This record gives sequence, C-alpha cells and structure tokens, in this order.
Amino acid sequence: MIAVLFAISVITFAIFNVIPNGDPAFRLAGHSATPATIATIRHEWGFDKPVYVQYEKTMEKIFNGTLISYSTQTNVDTEIRHDIWPTISLAVGAALLWMFFAICLGMYSALKAGKISDRFLTALALVGISMPVFWVGALLSYYLGFKAGIFPNGGYTSLTSNPVQWAWHLILPWTALSILFIGVYSRLVRSSILDTINEDFVRTARSKGLGQRQVLLKHVLRNSLIPVISLWGLDFGAIIGGGAIVTESVFNLGGVGQYAANSIQSLDVPPVMALTIFIAFFVVLFNTIVDIMYAWLDPRIRLS
Amino acid sequence: MAIEPASELSSVEGATGFEAAAEREHAVGIGPWRLAGRRLRRNKVALAFGVLFLLLVGLALAAPLWAKDVAHTTTSANHLTEILHEGNKQVYVVSLSGVPVGPQWFAAGGKFFLGADDNGRDVMVRLLYGARTSLEIGIAAALITTVLAVVVALFAGYLRGITDTVLSRIMDIMWAFPVVILGVALGTALSIGGLKVGPVTLQSGSIAIPILIIGFVYVVYMARPLRGQVLSMREKEFIEAARAQGMGSFRIMFTEILPNLASTIVVFFPLAIANAILLEAYLSFLGAGVQPPTPSWGEMISEGIDRITTAPHLTIVPGLMLVLTVLALNIFGEGVRDALDPRSKVRISDN
Repeated sequence: MIAVLFAISVITFAIFNVIPNGDPAFRLAGHSATPATIATIRHEWGFDKPVYVQYEKTMEKIFNGTLISYSTQTNVDTEIRHDIWPTISLAVGAALLWMFFAICLGMYSALKAGKISDRFLTALALVGISMPVFWVGALLSYYLGFKAGIFPNGGYTSLTSNPVQWAWHLILPWTALSILFIGVYSRLVRSSILDTINEDFVRTARSKGLGQRQVLLKHVLRNSLIPVISLWGLDFGAIIGGGAIVTESVFNLGGVGQYAANSIQSLDVPPVMALTIFIAFFVVLFNTIVDIMYAWLDPRIRLS
Repeated sequence: MAIEPASELSSVEGATGFEAAAEREHAVGIGPWRLAGRRLRRNKVALAFGVLFLLLVGLALAAPLWAKDVAHTTTSANHLTEILHEGNKQVYVVSLSGVPVGPQWFAAGGKFFLGADDNGRDVMVRLLYGARTSLEIGIAAALITTVLAVVVALFAGYLRGITDTVLSRIMDIMWAFPVVILGVALGTALSIGGLKVGPVTLQSGSIAIPILIIGFVYVVYMARPLRGQVLSMREKEFIEAARAQGMGSFRIMFTEILPNLASTIVVFFPLAIANAILLEAYLSFLGAGVQPPTPSWGEMISEGIDRITTAPHLTIVPGLMLVLTVLALNIFGEGVRDALDPRSKVRISDN
C-alpha cells in the first residue's frame, strides 16, 4: 500500500509539474503572475534544479502544510482542514441513506415481489447511473428549494451549532447523491439475498426451528450484505473522489469538493494538486480498510 | 433371379434413401454471433433505445442543416436585441430585465425552438452542436480506451512475467485514483499550457485534450476484466495447438486471442461511450473539460445552473438530452450483454 501511495504522489507531481507544456512556475502563480512571484516560486519549488529535487520540495510543501495558493494568498492546508466537515457529512449521510433504501427495496423485491419489482429496480438503476449528479442536484435545489421553499436554498450549517438545520440543509444533497446508487445497490442486495437464501446454513437455521424473521434478519441479511458492503466501501471512496465535488458546488456546501471545484475553475494549481493527492490517498486507505473489514466480516475467511 | 437377398435390395434402396434424406436435412450450423443477433432482435426495449441513440447521432450530424435552414443562426451569434414576431405578439429574445425567452417551439418559424440563453444565442442550435461535441468526444474517447485496454490486456495477460507485473502494478495504482479527480487534475493541468508529445503540440482549447484524458482515464476499467479473460484463454487447448504449430506470441495474441475477446469488447463499447459522455459532462461542468465558447452538454448545463432561477430551461434541456443519450447507450449495452451472454448474472457495474 505504501508503494501505491508513493506512486500516487509521483503521478500527481508528474501531472502538474512535468507533463504539461509550458513553465510550471507560471502555472503555479496563476493569476498573480508577476515576475517577482514567478521568481520566488521558481526558487522555492526548485524548478531551476533537477526533477527529483522538485519532487522533494513539492511533497514537503504539501505535507508540511506550508503550501499556499498564490492566487488567493491563503494556506491550502488550513482551508482543507476547515472544509473537510461538510464533505464528510455529505458523503457519510448519502452513503447511509442509499444503503438503507437499497436494503429495504432489495429485501422487499427478493422476498415478496416478482417480475414487476425486478423491472422497476432495473429501470431505477439504469436511470440512476445515466444522470449526472450535478444536474439532479440543481433541479432538486431549484424545484424543492427555490420554488417550493420546502428546503433551504443551499448552504451548510455545522452539526455542532444546529443539528436540525444541519440535517435540513443536507437532505437535498443527500438525495441527489443517493439517487445514483439506490437502484444499483438494491439490485445487488436483491441478488445477494436470493443467493444466500438457498445456502445450506439457512436451511439449517430453519430446521432448527428458528422463526422466519429471526432467520431473515440474523442469518440471511447479515451474510448477504457482506459482498455488498465491500462494493459500498469502494463507492464511498468514489463519492469523495468525484460525486462530492459537484454536489457541494451545486448546493454551496463549502466542503473540500467545492474548494477543489473553485480552484479548478480559476485554474489555481496548488489547491488542486494538494486535493488530488489527499483524496487519492484517502481512497486508497479507505479501500484497504474495506478489504480488511471484508476479510474480518466474512466468518469463512476469518476462521480459515 | 426373382428373389434378391433383402439386404442387397435394402442397401441399394437404403443408400439412395438415406443420402436423399441426409441432403434434405443437412443441418445449418448457427454461429454464436447469429444466435446473439437473434436474441438481441427479440429484446424490443434494447433495440428501441439503440435506435434512439442512432436518431440522436443523426440529429447531431444534422446540426449545420438546422442552424442554416431552420434557425438561420449560428452557435455564437447573439440576438440580444432582437424581437420575435409571433402571430400578433412581440416577444423579446432577451427581455429588458435580462431574462431569455423560453422554448418557442415553432411559433417563430423554427427560431429559438428551445428558447434562448441570456447571450441571446439559440439554445436548439447550441444543443445540436453540443451534441456533436459530446458525441465526438464520447465515441473517440471510447475508441481510445478500447484500443489501449485491449493492447494492455493482451500484453499483460498473455506475455505474463515482468510485463504483466509492471502493467498490473500500474493498473492497481490507476485504479486507486478516482476517475473524476484524475480527469480533473489532468484537465486543469493541461488546460493552461496545452500538451506537447514529441513533435505534436496540442493547444489548450483543442478538443483532443479532453478526448485523450477521458480515453486514458477509463483504460484500467476495461483492461482488468479483459486481462482476466486473456489469462483464462491462455490455458486452453487451441492456444497450445497454435504454439505447437510454431506461431509466435504476437500472432497468437492478435489472431487467436483477440477474436475471442470480441464479444466482451462489443458489450463494453456502448458502456464506454456512455461513461465517456458522462465524464465529459462532469469535466466541462467543472471547467476542466471543453472550454467555452465551444458548446458541449456539460458546459451548457454548467451555464444553465448559474441562471437556473430565471431561466430553468437552460439547465433542463441539455440535461435531458444528456440523460437520454447515456440512458439509451446503457440500455442498449445491457441488451447486447444479455444477447451475447444470457448466463451472466445480470448486473450493472461502472465498467
């Protein structure tokens, strides 16, 4: 894993400072590109020195928290620390929401209904993955927030200052993000449940005399969720990496994603560089945790 | 003699009889592609959406026709101060308070069919030209992804050894990079200075840059499953036979293994286009993809969202087109997958 993290840092460095055409110092300076600034940058980042020195200096800046955005004259690290909370609120909330609905829909479809519910879930899944999140978010915000006035028009209230407002402001963004995944995951849950129900241990549980509900909740659901959970973890990482960026921008949540989006718009390179590394790091770490958790959750692997 | 041995009689009769019968019943073998075609034809929904996609492509190709003959304008001509005469009404293209007019349908004779944006530009014209951009990028990027993925999968899967180790490690690392972040990083970095590869320089506004970025970013998602298939095919007898015949590695890879990958590639391709179009929308929305004034759906949605309170049609229209196109590709892709491999567990994944 360390190797992967190292490689990511090298790739990020390459993307921003090596691959593109043109003077990297000029690129970094962004909008405040005076000759003095460019000269300072060139000295601080080591662009007059060999590539590996540049890499070293770049990583130093990013991880020491001394990276500044020349366009806005702010410290990137401070910004990120401040902006991380809306992002976490958004991602965790959306992930739990879609999982909850996916389990409900998936269970219902697996146990009760027949072809119609399957078709419905398939349609829901296909439509879900065909819609860009920012479009859905914008329409939700416009129709339910601006016109109908049911929900606030964007913005973020921190959890600690006002939990109700915090949730109220986040309901629409959560919905927008979840729509993508509800369809796909309910089908996953459904097929996983259908597989598990035919397994031997379920038959054993029933023949032991356990009630239907107990069998369902304790044995079937738990086991059928194991493969789904690992995919869920991967998609959670993907949300942080992508869905969150656009959703935060549309709903003006002021999170890490919006910071990234604004920096991209204004072509402010230092924050984009730092965020690329941090988000990629987070995804890798998170995926590793999910792998470990998966191995631990599945008793067959744990006991072997 | 009057009585012939029965066997001789029947053998003469029989021989002719059997031959004739055999000729009548000569079985025509139906290859797997034919079978798949039949299954696909029975899937009316998938076919319908496939046709829908082709219609959308047709519309995109007809963009210049519409612009010239129906709307009499271009993508960038702004009619800010123009007044439309519809029946006996006078409608401002962009009202005095800056609100652009909504869809006119045919009220103004084809002009501003879907309304105007606040620069006075014709939304329908921009939409159709945006369709061209988005579809161009989508299809070109999907082609790049497919070609690169196939090459990587073949080399890594068949040659194994160091090639495989190196390529697989690289794939693992790329896999860890979320698609949007990678695309955004590349898009931002390359949009300032452009890209220089050897003698070829790509200007920062060139459409080739998003195509390359999007094409590159999705390679891993296609290469991994393909490599898995190559790995399993490698052990089969027909490869052993080819090797025994003295075929070199390259020949085996491209003449024996590649045709067997064809069905997987055919399934993945529409999905690759769909994902490419979506990623282009995300990148253009964030400003790291197609640069204005070139119209693309993502860019139009981005502009529309900024003005959604006064002119919602600017967001709804390009978004609907995008969703329809991507949905059509996804449904058709599922149909193709069902037709080619009905035994596979029906699932929708991001690749």
